[in-house]
Amino acid sequence: MAVCVAVIAKENYPLYIRSVPTESELKFHYMVHTSLDVVDEKISAMGKALVDQRELYLGLLYPTEDYKVYGYVTNSKVKFVMVVDSSNTALRDNEIRSMFRKLHNSYTDVMCNPFYNPGDRIQSRAFDSMVTTMMIQVC
Amino acid sequence: MMSKSDGDICFGNPTELHGTKAQIPNVATEKNTFTRLDDEDKQQEAQSPTMSPLASPPSSPPHYQRVPLIHGYSKLRSSTEQMHPAPYEARQPLVQSEGPSSGGPGAKAPRHQASLIRSFSVEREAQDSNSNYPDEPWRITEEQREYYVNQFRSLQPDPSSFISGSVAKNFFTKSKLSIPELSYIWELSDADCDGALTLPEFCAAFHLIVARKNGYPLPESLPPTLQPDYLQAAFPKPKWECALFDSYSESMPASQQARDSNRMEKATIKDAAADFPAPTQATTGDDSQAIPKDSSSLKARPRSRSYSSTSIEEAMKRGEDPPTPPPRPQKTHSRASSLDLNKVFQPSVPATKSGLLPPPPALPPRPCASQSEQALDAESHPQLSRAPSQAAESSPTKKDTHAQPPLKPIRRKFRTENQATENQEPSATVGGPSSAATAKAHPTVQKQSSKQKKAIQTAIRKNKEANAVLARLNSELQQQLKEVHQERIALENQLEQLRPVTVL
Repeated sequence: MAVCVAVIAKENYPLYIRSVPTESELKFHYMVHTSLDVVDEKISAMGKALVDQRELYLGLLYPTEDYKVYGYVTNSKVKFVMVVDSSNTALRDNEIRSMFRKLHNSYTDVMCNPFYNPGDRIQSRAFDSMVTTMMIQVC
Repeated sequence: MMSKSDGDICFGNPTELHGTKAQIPNVATEKNTFTRLDDEDKQQEAQSPTMSPLASPPSSPPHYQRVPLIHGYSKLRSSTEQMHPAPYEARQPLVQSEGPSSGGPGAKAPRHQASLIRSFSVEREAQDSNSNYPDEPWRITEEQREYYVNQFRSLQPDPSSFISGSVAKNFFTKSKLSIPELSYIWELSDADCDGALTLPEFCAAFHLIVARKNGYPLPESLPPTLQPDYLQAAFPKPKWECALFDSYSESMPASQQARDSNRMEKATIKDAAADFPAPTQATTGDDSQAIPKDSSSLKARPRSRSYSSTSIEEAMKRGEDPPTPPPRPQKTHSRASSLDLNKVFQPSVPATKSGLLPPPPALPPRPCASQSEQALDAESHPQLSRAPSQAAESSPTKKDTHAQPPLKPIRRKFRTENQATENQEPSATVGGPSSAATAKAHPTVQKQSSKQKKAIQTAIRKNKEANAVLARLNSELQQQLKEVHQERIALENQLEQLRPVTVL
């Protein structure tokens, strides 16, 4: 299950970051931060690749002993980073993709809100509830 | 969510009702009253708390606010002439509550409010029976619905189209709620998350804003009564009424309904016509004012409502705060924007009713006249105010004749008008004919007070006269506007020419 979900803006500052086991939040924040380098690597490696779902999904960024970090980038260079528990071996790639797709859809809904200024922290309750669902259900 | 919030509110009853909720619009209270006191005598209702100018015109009455708020209004209102079910009237008290709030000064407003409340209660009962949802505060009443629809039309003429996100953002920002709250309200109301609001979505959002301004905590999710599907199904009428606004021809058959509805429709149609063109043409400065006008006039529209249409409009205009700046100044602006009525006026000529009655005229003649006087003086549009006030008075006069011993209200109105005319600068051309028309109207009405048919005919004539006067006023004011624009352009050019000289 996703233990941490983060939305990073184009300038690499977090728009939204949330972890489920709150006691080790700092660790997850650090992991997300370090994964940004990997994301940037992959983005630059893509170059002028076509923009489609496949390209948006970066796949496994790097694994640790306990966790796996997956990345996803949108066309506007907004990055989604998800940390999942390694013990959840049942998680397949497709599931991760679907989770990112849901994240992307929710993020789009947040963007549609005229009162949301791009670059602000995401405070949408709908987005929160969606992330919570994602974190819980996969358990 | 709703139940929780309601429960919370209930506990906080007494203090909230009387003290703090200055912003609770009367509408809200009315709603509560209706739900609670369907069978109670309205006159027992306590005085509603003063509505601050910032209160949104229609407010979802909190559950707990039942009796006290509405009671106040009924007390204020002495005459029971307006027992007719008038949803728009109900709105009126809500809007008017701002002014009279305590009920002292605004004798007329409370009266109207009380009448509206009663009518509203009737309306309310009907509505309650239609829905099984327990969350009363989140149900949109008929009057509120009309108001929302009017506002929608002011932003987007086509009721079946969308309001873009930026337009809606600017509009809702005027409600002075915080951005996170507005963002959350948008989340709730934009069901399809497309960044645009359809009419039911807009109504839901507006209703949530109104509720929030009245102190209701926002729900966790969109209440069932605010779902777009529900709103679409529950309120087909407003759309129809909106259509009426667009075409006077429709108003003709509508007016052929009961006399009361006829009278009301005349006033409403005028208002509608006045409001409708006004917002579209309103400039940035006028936008806010136009909007309240439209809302008020639209509210008056409800077909079967009676007399107090104009007052409702007035009330709505005053009450319209969230979307616009303080009400009083708006009135004047709204009048100015109503100049655009000419466009609407022309097609409506066949509609005998005095279609383009500008919103300003309200039922309570005295307050209206005084307000209009103030506004006009400030705006230096004496003519316009006079004509509208006269027109307004004629329409309410008609209604009164039908409803009750007309002489007394008519006389009062006449006096008011006279005062208004005296106070305002004499506008030679426009003022003359308008006052003459008014004078003519009065004796005629007085004579025929006993005969309803003749009274109606008299009202029709008056309306026609008022229409003519207003049309003249409109053209004249438009000319003045053009001249002023030209002067402004000339001045700007001069300024530009002078600038380089000084810089160098």
